[in-house]
Amino acid sequence: MKLDSKVPEGPLADKWTNHKFNLKLVNPANKRKYHIIVVGTGLAGASAAASLAELGYNVSTFCFQDSPRRAHSIAAQGGINAAKNYQNDGDSVYRLFYDTIKGGDYRSREANTHRLAEVSVNIIDQCVAQGVPFAREYGGYLANRSFGGAQVSRTFYARGQTGQQLLLGAYGALNRQIGLGNVQSYNRREMLDIVKVDGRACGIIVKNLITGELERHAGDAVLLCTGGYGNAYFLSTNAMNSNATAAWRAHKKGALFANPCYVQIHPTCIPVHGDYQSKLTLMSESLRNDGRVWVPRDKATVEKLQQGQIKAADIPEADRFYYLEEKYPAFGNLVPRDVASRNAKYVTDDGLSVIPDGEAVFLDFTDAINRLGKDTIAARYGNLFEMYQRITDDNPYQVPMKIFPAVHYTMGGLWVDYNLMTTVPGLYALGEANFSDHGANRLGASALMQGLADGYFVIPFTVGDYLAEIGPGNTPGTDHPAFQEVEQSIQAHTQQLLGINGSKTVDDIHKKLGKAIWDHCGMARTADGLREGIEKIKGIKEEFWNDVRVPGNDNEINFELQKAWRVADFIELGELMCRDAYNRNESCGGHFREDFQTPEGEALRNDAEYAYAAAWEWKGDDQPHEMIKEDLNFEFVELKTRSYK
Amino acid sequence: MASNTSLSLTLKIWRQNGPNDKGKIVTYPISDISPEMSFLEMFDVLNDQLIKKGEDPIAFDHDCREGICGACSMMINGQAHGPHRRTTTCQLHMRSFKDGDTIYVEPWRAAAFPVVKDLVVDREAFDRILQSGGYISVNTGNAQDANEMPIANEIAENAMDAAECIGCGACVASCKNASAMLFVSAKASHLAYLPQGQPERNRRAQMMVNQMDEEGFGNCTNTGACEVQCPKGISIKNISRMNADFLRSTIASETEI
Ligand SMILES: Cc1cc2nc3c(=O)[nH]c(=O)nc-3n(C[C@H](O)[C@H](O)[C@H](O)COP(=O)(O)OP(=O)(O)OC[C@H]3O[C@@H](n4cnc5c(N)ncnc54)[C@H](O)[C@@H]3O)c2cc1C
Ligand code: FES
Repeated sequence: MKLDSKVPEGPLADKWTNHKFNLKLVNPANKRKYHIIVVGTGLAGASAAASLAELGYNVSTFCFQDSPRRAHSIAAQGGINAAKNYQNDGDSVYRLFYDTIKGGDYRSREANTHRLAEVSVNIIDQCVAQGVPFAREYGGYLANRSFGGAQVSRTFYARGQTGQQLLLGAYGALNRQIGLGNVQSYNRREMLDIVKVDGRACGIIVKNLITGELERHAGDAVLLCTGGYGNAYFLSTNAMNSNATAAWRAHKKGALFANPCYVQIHPTCIPVHGDYQSKLTLMSESLRNDGRVWVPRDKATVEKLQQGQIKAADIPEADRFYYLEEKYPAFGNLVPRDVASRNAKYVTDDGLSVIPDGEAVFLDFTDAINRLGKDTIAARYGNLFEMYQRITDDNPYQVPMKIFPAVHYTMGGLWVDYNLMTTVPGLYALGEANFSDHGANRLGASALMQGLADGYFVIPFTVGDYLAEIGPGNTPGTDHPAFQEVEQSIQAHTQQLLGINGSKTVDDIHKKLGKAIWDHCGMARTADGLREGIEKIKGIKEEFWNDVRVPGNDNEINFELQKAWRVADFIELGELMCRDAYNRNESCGGHFREDFQTPEGEALRNDAEYAYAAAWEWKGDDQPHEMIKEDLNFEFVELKTRSYK
Repeated sequence: MASNTSLSLTLKIWRQNGPNDKGKIVTYPISDISPEMSFLEMFDVLNDQLIKKGEDPIAFDHDCREGICGACSMMINGQAHGPHRRTTTCQLHMRSFKDGDTIYVEPWRAAAFPVVKDLVVDREAFDRILQSGGYISVNTGNAQDANEMPIANEIAENAMDAAECIGCGACVASCKNASAMLFVSAKASHLAYLPQGQPERNRRAQMMVNQMDEEGFGNCTNTGACEVQCPKGISIKNISRMNADFLRSTIASETEI
C-alpha cells in the first residue's frame, strides 16, 4: 500500500484556501439524500455532526454514555489556543503553527498543522456566538493566559472548565439539530465494527448497551470521533470508559494506525495511592507557573521524610534539589510536559521519591505565597487547591503538593490524509482519534483546538468531496449481506468472551496490561525493555483468553462484558505501541529511548532516518503488522533541536 | 491528615434487575476499605468480590470520576451524592465514613428518570429538554469576531456560574416533587445573561418549560432542596429569573393571539 497524504501544492499559507476551492461540492438539494454516521459526541464529533446537519446532510450520532454531553472532552480544564493576537504580543497564525510543529518535535505534517493554526481564530468566534462564557477582562474583552510554556498569551479559558463549556456549546448546536430532526442521536450505543462493501465504509454495527441487541446503521460516510487510547495503561487521566475499540476495529478492517507509541505523559497529576486506584487526576499545568518542583537532595533526608520523622518544611533550602530549575535555567519549572515528566522519573528512580511505597515529587507554593500573598494564589488556583485537598486531604496552602506524571493524551491514532480520511474510503477520523496534527508531543491547550477545528471547519468541506464523487443513493442498505456477516462475527466474539469463565476479572488483567505498557513503553524506553514488553503482552493475551471471567449475559446491561471487549482490543494495541516504539530508533517528543540520548540526557532525534510517520497495517490475527512510511517533508520550517536549557 | 485504619462497613444497596423488576435492598458487608479510597473505588472492590463469587456485579453510571461529566448518581443515606456539599459521588472519599457504619445506596428516584438497572437510571429527558430550545441558534461560520461584542466581566461570571451545571439530576432526585426547575433554569440563565442569548430568550424559556412538563417532572414549590444538594452549587435564583422570562413569553404569545 502506498500512502497519499493529499497535501495540496502551493505556498503553506495558501494550501487550505486553494484546497477548499478545488474540492467538489454537493448540490444543496442533494445533501439530505446523504446519510453521515458520526461515532462520538466529544468536541470533534458534536461539532462535526452539528455543522454537517446545518449544511443539510442527514446525520446520526452515537455515543456510549447516556448523553452526548458526557463525552470525555467535558473534563478538559486549562484552555484552548487560538492565534487571535488579542494581546498584541506578537502572536500570529504562523507563530502558532511554528510552536506546534516545534513542540511536536518535528513529527507532524506541516500542512495539517498550519491549517489548524489558521482555523483556530474561527473557533473562538464560533464558541462565543454559541454563548461559551470565556473569561473576560474588566473592559469586557476576552482574557488570555500563557499556557504550557508558550511565550505568548493565546489561551482562552472558562475557569478550570474549558472543555466543559466548549462541549456544552457544541452539544447545544447538536441539540438544535436534533430538535429540528436533522440529527438522530443514539446514546448508550457502542460501535463494535465498521461495515465495508466493495472496499468502502458503508455503515457500522453498534451494540445497544441497555438491551444488548446489535443494531445496523448504513451511511454514505462514517466519521470516527472516538477519542484517544490512553486507557490502554489502565491508569490515566482519561475518563474511565474512554477506549480504543472503535479505532481498533476499524484498524482491523483496513485503516492504518499511525505512531501508536506517541503518548503524552502529563507531569502534574495526583500520585497513585493504592492497588484499588481506578484513575488518576490531573492537576492543571498552570500550577507550574508559580509552584516549584523539588525533591530532597539525599537519601538520608528522603528516608526521614518517608517515615514521617520530618516534614517538607523542615528541610533546609540547601538540602532541596530543584531539579528543573537547576538543569534548565532558561525555562525552569516551565519546561514542556515531556521534559518535566521524564525528570520526575529520573529523580524517583534515583530513590528520591517523597512518599513511601510509591513515586512522587513536591510541587511547592510556599515561595509564591510569601511573595504574592495567599489571596493572589487563591485567586489563581483556588479551585485546583480545593480539588487537591478533597482527594488527598492535604492543604496545599500549608504543605507542598505531591505530584507525579500520568498518561494523559495519545498523539498517535488512525492515519488520515489531509481530508481526514483514513485508508478506508468513506471512513474518516477526527479529534484525538486521528494522528495528524501534534507529531510526537502535543502542546497544552491544543487538543481542544484540534477537535473543534476538525469538526467545525475541516470536515464540512472535505467530506463533500467524497460524497459528490460517490453520488447520492449509491450506498447499500442494512439488508446487504455484509452487515449480517459482521454481525455474526461480533456475536461469535461475544460468546467467546462470555464462555471463558476463568478466575480473573477484566480489571485484574487490564491492570496487569497497563503496568506492562507503563513499565516498557512509558516515560523512558529501551530496545531490550520493549522486546520484553512485547513478550509480556503476548502472555497477558493468553491469560485473558484463557482465564478471564465475564459474568452475566449478552441481552442486558453488562458493564463487565463491555470492559472485556475493550480490554481485548487494548491488549492488541498495547503490543503495537511497543512495536512502534521499538522500531523508532530515536527519541522525539513523548517517545524517549534511553538508548538514543545526548550526553546531557536529552532527546536525540534522527531526522535523516526517522522523519516519517509510521503507519501500521493489520495483516491478520497471527501475522505481524506491516509498517508503511509517510515521509514528512519539511518545506517551510527548518528542523532544529529543541533546547530548554 | 490521612488515617491508615481500614474500615468495615455494611452496605445496603438497591438491586433492581430492569425497569419492570420490583427491586429491593440487598445487604453487603465489606471490610478492608481504605479511608483514601473514593466511594466508587469501594464499589469497584465490592464488584470485584461479587464477580469472583459468581454473583452479578452492581450496575452504576460513572465516567470522569472527577466531578465534571455528571454520570455518577447515587443517593447515599438519603442524600444525593452523599453527605458533603458541592461534591459528586465520585469525589466522595471513604474518610468521610466511620468504621462500622451502615450506608444505604439507592438510585435517583423520579418518574421522569426510570430505573434501568440497580443504580442506573434513564436521564434522556434532560437531553430532550435541551433539544427543545436550550441553545443559541447560530450556524457554524455565522459568527462575527469574538471581541466585537464586549461583555462585562461580571456578566460573563454570572453566566459561567449557571453554566457549571453538570446535568447529573441530583436536583430532581432531591426534590420532593421531582421537579427539574433548577436544571432548566441553569441553562436558561446561562444564556439569558449573555447578549448573544437575548433574541431567543423568552422563547427558550417557554420551550424548555413546556418540554419539562411533558416529560413528567413535578412542579417547583420553592423548597430549595435542589440548591442544597447540587454538587455545583447552582443557585435557585436562576429559577425566579427564568420564571420571569417564561411569564414574558406567555404574555407575548397571548398578545399575538
Ligand atoms: C483531564 C484532562 C484535561 C485536559 N485538558 C485539556 C486542555 O486544557 N486543553 C486541551 O486542549 N486539551 C485537554 N485535554 C485533552 C482533550 O480533552 C481531549 O484530547 C479531547 O477532548 C478529545 O476530544 P475528542 O472529541 O477527540 O474525543 P472525546 O471527547 O474523548 O469523545 C469521544 C466520544 O466517542 C464516543 N465513543 C468512543 N468509542 C465509541 C464507540 N466504540 N462507540 C460509540 N461511541 C464511542 C464517546 O462516547 C465520546 O462521545 C485534556 C484531557 C484530559 C484527560
Ligand atoms: S463520574 Fe463524572 S461526575 Fe462523577
